[in-house]
Amino acid sequence: MSSQGEKPHVPPPSLWPIGFAVGIACILIGLVVSWPVAAVGAAIAIAFGFLWIRDVTGSVREPVQAVEPETRRVADTGGAPKALEGREAMPPMSEEEIAAYPRSTFLSAATLGLGGVIGGIITVPVLGFAVLPSFTNQKDQSVELGPLENFAEGQFVIATYLEDFEIGEVTRRTVFVRNNGLLEDQPSFTILFSRCVHLGCPVQPNGLVYDEQKKTVGEKRVDLTPSLVTGFGCPCHGGQYDTEGNRTAGPPVRALDRAEFSIRDGKLWLGQFYSVGNVESTGARARIKKYDHATPGVHVDGPEAWLYPVEVPG
Amino acid sequence: MAVTPARRKSPRRAQIEAAALYPLDWLEERSGLVGAIKYFLFRRVPRDTSWAQTLGSASLTAFLVQAITGVILAFYYKPDPDKAYESIQIITNDLTLGWLVRGMHRWGASVFIILMFLHMARVFLYGAYKYPRELNWIVGVLLLTLGMAEGFTGYLLPWDQTAYWATVVGININGTAPFLGPFIAQFLQGGAAIGSDTLSKFYSIHMLVLPGAIAGLIGLHLYLVIRLGVTSPPWSPTEAGRERAPEPPSTNGREGLIRPSGRGGSNGE
Ligand code: HEM
Ligand code: FES
Repeated sequence: MSSQGEKPHVPPPSLWPIGFAVGIACILIGLVVSWPVAAVGAAIAIAFGFLWIRDVTGSVREPVQAVEPETRRVADTGGAPKALEGREAMPPMSEEEIAAYPRSTFLSAATLGLGGVIGGIITVPVLGFAVLPSFTNQKDQSVELGPLENFAEGQFVIATYLEDFEIGEVTRRTVFVRNNGLLEDQPSFTILFSRCVHLGCPVQPNGLVYDEQKKTVGEKRVDLTPSLVTGFGCPCHGGQYDTEGNRTAGPPVRALDRAEFSIRDGKLWLGQFYSVGNVESTGARARIKKYDHATPGVHVDGPEAWLYPVEVPG
Repeated sequence: MAVTPARRKSPRRAQIEAAALYPLDWLEERSGLVGAIKYFLFRRVPRDTSWAQTLGSASLTAFLVQAITGVILAFYYKPDPDKAYESIQIITNDLTLGWLVRGMHRWGASVFIILMFLHMARVFLYGAYKYPRELNWIVGVLLLTLGMAEGFTGYLLPWDQTAYWATVVGININGTAPFLGPFIAQFLQGGAAIGSDTLSKFYSIHMLVLPGAIAGLIGLHLYLVIRLGVTSPPWSPTEAGRERAPEPPSTNGREGLIRPSGRGGSNGE
């Protein structure tokens, strides 16, 4: 198809944007992982960004040099050009000169560039506001579950509480608390989070729930219901767990999440949630493979966990 | 060139007609819009288009129904965790005709998705996605995706048990996507768990972001349909995309009168 002397219509693709993108990616990852990575990313982005800009503006900058001969020639015709009339007033330009004076190209590049800068100044903070609040200032939960006497040894108590009293009912959560008795004189509790680790439905206790023995304790009005639990089952897709939270059937990919605990003035306090690969042995002697709190449905161990390399902040 | 002797209009009638057409002429002179709409409505389509080609317009109608009923529901709906469920109950049970508009919006959502799928099936079966219409297929896929996202975000709004847990599951399905999944999930629920922001975020996406994007893409979709023309079915005897061949001259003893071939020409000029 190519006839002689025909130039390609588009310049060959430039590779600089790729480097620039890598730099931006490093910045984003660095913001989550560590500052030095972000700094390296910024350096990469600036370097490649400069090269990229130089590349795309090349067609604008280079011909500008050819402007010179044109202005000279006008001056060289002997002082001020004579005030001629009509067409003569403007010395005819050769085709080359017309091509060599890409004022319109400069202006359109400037318009685009300025527009881009203005657009960026407006968009970046707005996008930041759209995204960042979901990840920053996430409150650490810490809820008082009441005096230790309410937790008979070896028995699961269903504790329902509001994670954020101000926000209200929508933050209602449920944990299953079991007093494992003393291990080397230290109290031991198993606290399982009711959020199914398949896709997040509320798992229900299998067995007897003594609703009539329900108590409400503390100023945060935590509901405590004793129960005789033989395992947990999920209403959504039939996931089943044993009393240590290990999966026994159905689609869940790991064991139930657990919560840390502390005891202050004879009262049990709920601490941070964490995720669990699986649990060996039971009760106070359980050996728990512990991981940072993860989204339901996400593997925390094994090769599948490589698919989720970056931890979500907050 | 038909010389039907035009019946004389009475001057009064002509005056009324001119008065009625004046606003249209005014608009046309300044915008060309009347001509554009006429072009859109009376453009040439292949002879063998059938009901199957109306599925796109049906999807458009379904979208318009959703847009209008949705705007009206928004008059009365309150996207607040404490009030959402109650406001839906009020719309359904107390407000005059609320049950009807809510029903149209709820069932219409399914109709919209089903019609898009039927339309897509017709485009696929007719091979209408082929050159030069690939881009319109891609725009169509975007429309389908955005339409389903409308369904997902709208499902939460009644804020009952089904809505809540279906959304929990839906968000967590997003969360299992490799690499970015957990971030997407946390973005959607507006924090580490579903909270008070989740509902208003879904509401905003459902009633502002997605309908806007869909409306824009429908514009692009229709522009491409008009620009490229509608495909005739693969079994069509006439070649797709070509001007219709001139009518074969009828030769029942009148050879001398055959006119040079031109466009159309069968309507007794
Ligand atoms: C909001 C949803 C949609 C609307 C309002 C819409 C509207 C339309 C309309 C009015 C037409 C004219 C011809 C006809 O009606 O068949 C059309 C054609 C077309 N649509 Fe859609 N559509 C939608 C979704 C889709 C989807 C999901 C696809 C496929 C992925 C698609 C692909 C196409 C293609 C390729 C054509 C050209 C067909 C031809 O030239 O014969 N559209 N669309
Ligand atoms: S969410 Fe529990 S089994 Fe699917």
